[in-house]
Amino acid sequence: MISIYKLTKQFGKLRALNEVSLDFTLGKSYALIGPNGSGKTTLIKSVLGMVIPTTGKIEVDGANIKNSWLYREKIGYMPQIGHYPENMRIGQLFDMVRNIRKDPPLLDEELMEAFALTAIQDKRMHTLSGGTRQKVSAALAFLFNPPVLILDEPTAGLDPVSVEILKEKIQQEKDKGKLLIITSHIMNDLDELATEVVYLHEGNVRYNNSIAELKDITGETRLGKAIAQMIRSLEKKVIPEAINLK
Amino acid sequence: MPRIIKYVFYDILRTRFILLYTMFLLLSTIAMFQLDTDSSKVILSLMNVVLMVVPLVSVVFTTIHFYNSYEFIELMLAQPVNRPVIFLGEYFAVALSLCFAFTAGVGIPMVMYGAGMQGFTLLYSGLMLTLVFVSLAFLSSVLTRDKAKAIGVALLFWFYFSLIYDGLLMWIIYSFSDYPLEKATLVLVSLNPIDLARILMLLQLDISALMGYTGAFYKDFFGSSLGVIFSTSVLTIWILLPVVIALQIFKRKDL
Repeated sequence: MISIYKLTKQFGKLRALNEVSLDFTLGKSYALIGPNGSGKTTLIKSVLGMVIPTTGKIEVDGANIKNSWLYREKIGYMPQIGHYPENMRIGQLFDMVRNIRKDPPLLDEELMEAFALTAIQDKRMHTLSGGTRQKVSAALAFLFNPPVLILDEPTAGLDPVSVEILKEKIQQEKDKGKLLIITSHIMNDLDELATEVVYLHEGNVRYNNSIAELKDITGETRLGKAIAQMIRSLEKKVIPEAINLK
Repeated sequence: MPRIIKYVFYDILRTRFILLYTMFLLLSTIAMFQLDTDSSKVILSLMNVVLMVVPLVSVVFTTIHFYNSYEFIELMLAQPVNRPVIFLGEYFAVALSLCFAFTAGVGIPMVMYGAGMQGFTLLYSGLMLTLVFVSLAFLSSVLTRDKAKAIGVALLFWFYFSLIYDGLLMWIIYSFSDYPLEKATLVLVSLNPIDLARILMLLQLDISALMGYTGAFYKDFFGSSLGVIFSTSVLTIWILLPVVIALQIFKRKDL
């Protein structure tokens, strides 16, 4: 579904992504992990066309995304920090996004209802708390029922009840056979929601395989521990043959 | 694109700045017509306001607006919307609202008091200047991510064209006063949209006689239909060139 070939992004002197090649297949759920500043958000933004790659190319459904935009119909994006026009009301924001699409597909307003956003639709965006903003972002990402969902730290800042609602929704969409790309620092969430793991470090892909495989190799049952062990072994450079990246 | 323009337009109307600008122009134009009965003199005083205020307001408002709509642009970019559509939508909405404010603020009193051809020239050059400086402001906005820096660059454009350039021009004319400079100054004047607008105006006001031989030369050139076509095309280049460059930069910009 999404193929990335030797993607490099240079911000001045900083190389945010270094010849990253990845394949995201429909029906799988990817956990994109890595330390802060390892290039996760840059990678996501490149796929969305918000960041223009220095070299390399990205294909969605076999077509290069360079200078194209219609492919974004297929992607629902939940940003890490949602920036919205500050003096718009929640209701207006949803109306606007709906209006911008030429022929909106069947709308999925489940999250809007679950988060009770319709009840506060007259609130202006600048009055919202960080958590409520997250809810708006989540509801917008799922609204058009897209086959690809890219969620940048979806659960950060949400209260426990909302986290459960969102996780349930993600699980549901995953079961429908959608492609999910999730970044998070909360390993427990990823353990439940993801089937694959991509580990980025300083712009390089250091690990890309299924979670089951990773647990198997490391002999751990929990993702958090398995990843910690993998990172340690990568750092020690005594990389077991199986963990070594392709 | 109409949908994008609609939403940007809506956002601009919310800030009420455009309304204040319209009111300011309306009040100052009416006040000037009240103070003087000779419409030629009124137009001359209005011209000075137009040549200073219109570029300044256009440049500052556009730059601030662009940075305030960063969130909107970011939101649109995650949707299936083309980058040029977003950019041009922003441009047209800003340009249209400023032009509308100017036409309403200056045009309505002129119709009320009957200013004729001179008034029309003032309106025309004011609208052209608005568009030129909106374009320049968009260029300075895409050049940098930093709002303060962009406003600085935009103000620099304004300073340069309304003050510094004229100083340089005077210096050149003064230093080379032994040579015939009519054609050279014509070229130099075309490089500054404000000067171009000023000359267009002055020639309508029959005070070009005060400018001696150069004035007569300009009257001969700009008074003809060729001159009107020339000045319009130069101003159009001044409008299009910055927008096209800005659009190219925006297409490759990381957001």
